[in-house]
Amino acid sequence: MPSSHAASASRAADPAPLLSLRNLEVVYSDVILVLRGVSLDVGRDRIVALLGANGAGKTSVLRAITGLLPLHRGRITKGQVTLDGTSIADADAPSIVRRGLAQVMEGRRIFTDLTVEENLRAGGFACRNRAALATGLERAYALFPQLTDRRKQLAGYLSGGEQQMVAIARALMSSPRLLLLDEPSLGLAPKIVAQIRDLIVRINAEGTAVLLVEQNAAMALSIAHTGYVLEHGKVVRDGPAAELAADKDVQEFYLGGGTGNGRRNYRDVKTYRRRKRWSA
Amino acid sequence: MSDFVRFLIAGISLGSVYSLVCLGFVVIYRATGVVNFAQGGLVVLGAFMTHQLAVVNGIPFAVAVPLAMLIMAGVGLLLERVVFRPMVGQPVFAMILLTLGVVFVLEQVCAFFWGYDVVLVGDPWGVATVDLLGTMVNVSDLWTIGATGAALAAFFALFRFTTLGIAMRAGAADPEAALAHGISPQAIHGLSWAIAGAVATVAGVFLAAGPKGVDLGLGLVAFRAFPAMILGGLDSAEGAVAGGLLIGLVEVLTAAYLVPAMPSLGANFHVVMPYVVMIGILVVRPHGLFGTIEVRRA
Ligand SMILES: Nc1ncnc2c1ncn2[C@@H]1O[C@H](COP(=O)(O)OP(=O)(O)OP(=O)(O)O)[C@@H](O)[C@H]1O
Ligand SMILES: [Mg+2]
Repeated sequence: MPSSHAASASRAADPAPLLSLRNLEVVYSDVILVLRGVSLDVGRDRIVALLGANGAGKTSVLRAITGLLPLHRGRITKGQVTLDGTSIADADAPSIVRRGLAQVMEGRRIFTDLTVEENLRAGGFACRNRAALATGLERAYALFPQLTDRRKQLAGYLSGGEQQMVAIARALMSSPRLLLLDEPSLGLAPKIVAQIRDLIVRINAEGTAVLLVEQNAAMALSIAHTGYVLEHGKVVRDGPAAELAADKDVQEFYLGGGTGNGRRNYRDVKTYRRRKRWSA
Repeated sequence: MSDFVRFLIAGISLGSVYSLVCLGFVVIYRATGVVNFAQGGLVVLGAFMTHQLAVVNGIPFAVAVPLAMLIMAGVGLLLERVVFRPMVGQPVFAMILLTLGVVFVLEQVCAFFWGYDVVLVGDPWGVATVDLLGTMVNVSDLWTIGATGAALAAFFALFRFTTLGIAMRAGAADPEAALAHGISPQAIHGLSWAIAGAVATVAGVFLAAGPKGVDLGLGLVAFRAFPAMILGGLDSAEGAVAGGLLIGLVEVLTAAYLVPAMPSLGANFHVVMPYVVMIGILVVRPHGLFGTIEVRRA
């Protein structure tokens, strides 16, 4: 894909985005450069899609935003991350959560040996008081009625789709202004993916901005307002979602073959990386 | 028969103290992955601390114990902050060795302040006995069972029902996912050490209660509780309790019945017996009685 694409005018259109990355550079273990000057904006009440193949650096972008890089021996070496105009590049993860950011991590990462409700309460750890926690739980069960009957069940025994819902509900517990989702459609049946897609739209309609990382570009672009395409740690395309969906290169590489059928599905080749136990 | 009841109560009493010692191990193991050999040191220090407050400073025993627990929670926090936090990211093996180092430091601290002689913790029970259903049992045994039972219940309630307890379990299960939801691993580690310190104090007080008293040798109890911990499965609090009770009963009943019946086993065979039971059970259940086999959907 040609990388000569100039920064688009859509960015300049929003003078005060909720989240903004400027020229972000991220290095792991002091030597592995994985983000090479990424800039992107998420406006208030927007859904923004971040697309890219395996290893493009999507998860690294999210880690940089949420303060999880240090856990992976990574760090921001250049550029800015601002939330509502304030820099959060040096903030630690808990304080970023308290400022209204929440994420659904890649691979769901629910607490399997906790019950559904305990998962949600863990997600509400940042809630200021009991009332906020109670409201959060109430809202979660309203949004995911199928979890109501399962609140006392161990989350590890739920189906993949239900686990993804627990992961989303858990993230919403802190009443975030911005929700980051890392490949929520991964490994799920098309019917469930459609459900998740509708949920994201609903969550957004209720006032939460969304940054949606996906390899399922068709799904992401169908609900996003704007989108970015990441390749080898650089944004190579960005613009309104409809424009991206119509773009020849995007069609060829992310929506499959340009002809519209036989679309390549990265989802199928991707396997969950076994999560590492952080032993220290 | 009445002898049996007496031994049973003594066994449960010893076992419930072992449970508390194991719980201290488990809480740190689950949060940090470290097998904390310093737990025995905390038990001794907790008992000496109670001696200091109740006997030396003359504070009423019922106030001295909670106060000692509080101070020992602080000691736990301090250890985490000063000794273990700088080591985060180092191999777990190094941390385990460090806990052994901490044992020696704690021993020296105790020797410096309280010397090498046996001292009392100032409990009001002494050698008093009470008639329970026709059997004379030690009052201190009954108090031990009651108080450790209460401590265990409080421990489980904390982990089961409070947001803090749930956060601790979440942090133990997946530290990164927990952090992503605002649960800081440092806070979890600190809290775990604080709980280990407080729990060790209760264990130490009741090990030293009655005429037994406390000296540096009390720390060896951590090694006596070791089979209980392995039995329970390193990461299971329920297992710690079950393993502790089992080992306590085995130890007391062996001393009461098996050793007199088979003197050829040696007078101290009751100390060995827990290890025999441990090995026997591990052959059948390698994960221990309650060790986790990860919950995952096929
Ligand atoms: N902790 C780490 N140390 C070193 N390199 C890393 C680390 N984490 C990720 N990388 C590398 O950084 C690059 C980007 O990884 P990242 O996980 O951000 O990509 P991604 O777009 O999320 O990929 P995927 O679709 O597979 O999730 C990859 O080449 C990866 O190997
Ligand atoms: Mg990724």
